[in-house]
Amino acid sequence: MQFLLAVEGAIAQGLLWSVLALGSYLTFRLLNFTDMTVDGSFTTGACVTAICIVNGIPPILALLVSLLAGGIAGAITGFLHNKLEIPEVLAGILTQISLYSINLRILGRANQQLLQYDTIFKQLQNLLAEIGLKLSSDRVAIIIGLIFVTIVIVVLYWFFGTEIGSIIRATGNNEAMVRALGQNTENTKFIALIIANSCIALAGSLVGMYQGAADVGMGAGAIVIGLASIVIGEVILRRVIAFGSKMVAVVIGSIIYRIIVALVLQLGLSTNDLKLLTAIIVALALFLPNAVSKHNAKKARELAARETRDA
Amino acid sequence: MLQIENLTKTFDPGTVNEKKVIDRLNLQISAGDFITVIGGNGAGKSTMLNLICGVYPADGGKIILAGNEIQDMPEHKRAKDFGRVFQDPLMGTAANMQLAENLALAFRRGKRRGLSWGISEEERELYRKRLATLGLGLEDRLNDKIGLLSGGQRQAVTLLMATLNAPKLLLLDEHTAALDPNTAEIVLNLTDQIIREQKLTALMVTHNMQAAIDHGNRLIMMDKGNIIYDVRGPEKQKLKVEDLLRLFQELSGGSGFSDSMLG
Ligand SMILES: Nc1ncnc2c1ncn2[C@@H]1O[C@H](COP(=O)(O)OP(=O)(O)OP(=O)(O)O)[C@@H](O)[C@H]1O
Ligand SMILES: [Mg+2]
Repeated sequence: MQFLLAVEGAIAQGLLWSVLALGSYLTFRLLNFTDMTVDGSFTTGACVTAICIVNGIPPILALLVSLLAGGIAGAITGFLHNKLEIPEVLAGILTQISLYSINLRILGRANQQLLQYDTIFKQLQNLLAEIGLKLSSDRVAIIIGLIFVTIVIVVLYWFFGTEIGSIIRATGNNEAMVRALGQNTENTKFIALIIANSCIALAGSLVGMYQGAADVGMGAGAIVIGLASIVIGEVILRRVIAFGSKMVAVVIGSIIYRIIVALVLQLGLSTNDLKLLTAIIVALALFLPNAVSKHNAKKARELAARETRDA
Repeated sequence: MLQIENLTKTFDPGTVNEKKVIDRLNLQISAGDFITVIGGNGAGKSTMLNLICGVYPADGGKIILAGNEIQDMPEHKRAKDFGRVFQDPLMGTAANMQLAENLALAFRRGKRRGLSWGISEEERELYRKRLATLGLGLEDRLNDKIGLLSGGQRQAVTLLMATLNAPKLLLLDEHTAALDPNTAEIVLNLTDQIIREQKLTALMVTHNMQAAIDHGNRLIMMDKGNIIYDVRGPEKQKLKVEDLLRLFQELSGGSGFSDSMLG
């Protein structure tokens, strides 16, 4: 019973965090850009939302402001990379580090509780209670997570099917070709970074409201969690190729990641060890497909050797 | 149509690797010219093509396209006038995108891209027809990822992409060199056919001397960053591979002749 409750919580977390994973998927996989901004823009999302809510701005508006703030963070990384010609990884790290100071400025302190304030989670919970539907906060979070994940996937699916979106996808494949077709690859990267970090800040906003607090340290390791979701999704749904299904795979990966975490916590692992565990999961998930294909290649060679011998 | 005046390019200037690759090069291309370009390794053929379309800037000289100086324009702004096919079949297409999507990207070469859908139904019909003219059965594979095609098929598609909306100048850089002889022959004939049907102006770099003689109306030979021989019309048609080899020996001062000229 207790584990089932934990699974509900894991699904809720998995859905909310999957918005971050989707953002990371855009840069890492679609654009082929190692964007390290993530830890910073995620926290920015939570901090901006918290400070908005504390100042009486309706939570749903706070969420939109966070989205914008994340977009600006992505734009800064894009600027550093495109205009100052700083290598992509370093550009992201510089933004991430400066966001740590900026997030402290935004929040005015290291931590802001939201327990006594309204969030979209409490609002929906109350709304449902009024029509006689009493749901646990985890179930409310699942509903909200599903709503946002659906919106994000639909919008991204639309956008990356448009002319601009298509050329962004092509940039991740082959920059020389994109330039030969008359597009500025600086622009395409810039747009993709803005969209990706908007998604990531949206996730930060949602997670902050769900937890009832924003903390300047809450984004530490977020990038690896996003990666974990992506690679778990890829390992489990290896055969999907269409863009829409790949995004669904990322969401499923995010949920499975949270279930694994819940499971090992139940088994007595300390939360302090979670980051280590996450890194191990990512390493394994990246290693396994390679190991499998090497194993298959070896099998094929053995078979070929046997056939030549028998012939 | 295209005029190149005193074009100069030095790589890594001021370092020990300094190398003058294009040296006050002049070339006049008339509309409808189909020029084959030959020359030894390192003669500067690829560099000339890259300078024309702006992959990197020239150090000096002018490139005038239909009356406009374009040598200072960034690559993506020049792209609307040039169709390009590279030596490496991987370079001209986006592997993870569908065949139809790749063609749709090329169809919009040099145009503003907006928020309308990346590919329309009518376009698919058009692409199916155009692919059918290649005779490679690709018209039934519009939804396949390009990465699943063979090198020759990809190169044929790249050629189609480069000529989908008639470019002012088609630039082909050893675009059949990575293909097996049979496939190379097919792609070369397709090239000839497309250039003639659409009455395109083209520059085709090749190491295949026979192909350089058989195709096009004009042939230029490059050495050390310059054009050392330029021939056209009936005089070109009469050439033999041996003539070209002898001419190269004479004109390049007997220096640096490499087997690579034979392809
Ligand atoms: N980006 C670059 N940086 C430095 N040197 C370069 C660069 N591109 C070409 N070169 C040098 O310029 C010279 C001419 O190269 P280019 O590629 O134009 O020759 P090519 O005639 O196309 O030869 P090939 O037949 O081998 O393709 C070569 O010596 C090459 O090493
Ligand atoms: Mg070359």
